[in-house]
Amino acid sequence: MEDTLLDLLHSEIINYTLQNGDEKDKKEEDLSGLEYIGFSTGYRIIERLTKEMPRFKDELDTMKFICTDFWLAVYKKQIDNLRTNHQGVYVLQDNAFRFLSRLSSGKQYLEAAPRYVAFTCGVIRGSLANLSIQCLVTAEVQSLPSCKFHIQVQRM
Amino acid sequence: MSRSTRFDTKKVNSELVTLTYGTLVAQMVKDLENPDDVSKQLDRIGYNMGIRLIEDYLSKTGSGRCLDLKDTADKIQTAFRMYLGVQPNVVNWSPAGDEFSFSLDSNPLTELVELPDDLKQLKYCNIICGAIRGALEMVQLDVQSWVVQDQLKGDPNTEIRVKFIRRLEDAMPAGED
Repeated sequence: MEDTLLDLLHSEIINYTLQNGDEKDKKEEDLSGLEYIGFSTGYRIIERLTKEMPRFKDELDTMKFICTDFWLAVYKKQIDNLRTNHQGVYVLQDNAFRFLSRLSSGKQYLEAAPRYVAFTCGVIRGSLANLSIQCLVTAEVQSLPSCKFHIQVQRM
Repeated sequence: MSRSTRFDTKKVNSELVTLTYGTLVAQMVKDLENPDDVSKQLDRIGYNMGIRLIEDYLSKTGSGRCLDLKDTADKIQTAFRMYLGVQPNVVNWSPAGDEFSFSLDSNPLTELVELPDDLKQLKYCNIICGAIRGALEMVQLDVQSWVVQDQLKGDPNTEIRVKFIRRLEDAMPAGED
């Protein structure tokens, strides 16, 4: 299937989840529905991708897989930079994130950026959850089309 | 970034769309309760995608005007191959030549899907109908489209019907010729 299809579907999912939300609360959009759709998708796709693969060595190895092969398969490029404090915090930086690359760069649409990254936050969280890493994922967009995903692993 | 992935990218892409769509439908079923409302909403989402998809199609294929509805059917057939990776057959032309069907032997959209018994009336593939309607509207063709047969419901093929309604006239802004 064509890449275009996912791009269009992604926009429509954003439309759908936002139109159901409460309109009055304009300042802080409720992106949890969007994130959850991403979570379910990530949870399922990772299972299909990794079923023939050997077990990952450790958490860092899993993260590296997310940054390289997984990102390449889903977002058509690798993560440009991975940082970690070795205590469960990982920062993944993508300098030209797929779902932001169609927005014109500059400040005008910066405000709309969170809705274009929420699905992916969910995808990361879902994928890691299925690889038995419980975490919180947030995204930070300072200038389009670059994006940083912060992963905070929850230790039980 | 030239390193190639260890995955079959085409397959991953296709599964990604299938799974994402599936998740969306599941969410809608939860949100809307009535399967008929879900079907309607899916058609609308397809329509929204169609009105944008047509531009992508035209730019990639460089295809010109259609001579007749038969030509249109062939071009939609190409679009199926481009976007869904399956080639449907164009069948069941009406005697008047204003109605036809696409028959799909396999449908990537429903590949990993099972419909539970209480959702048998859900038109899972309505997004395709919507996309056809939306795309054709952008090239001045008003059509209706609906699902006749669905493999999800045990039919041997998935059949999508398209009916020509009328040609839309270009609405020019006042003062322009």
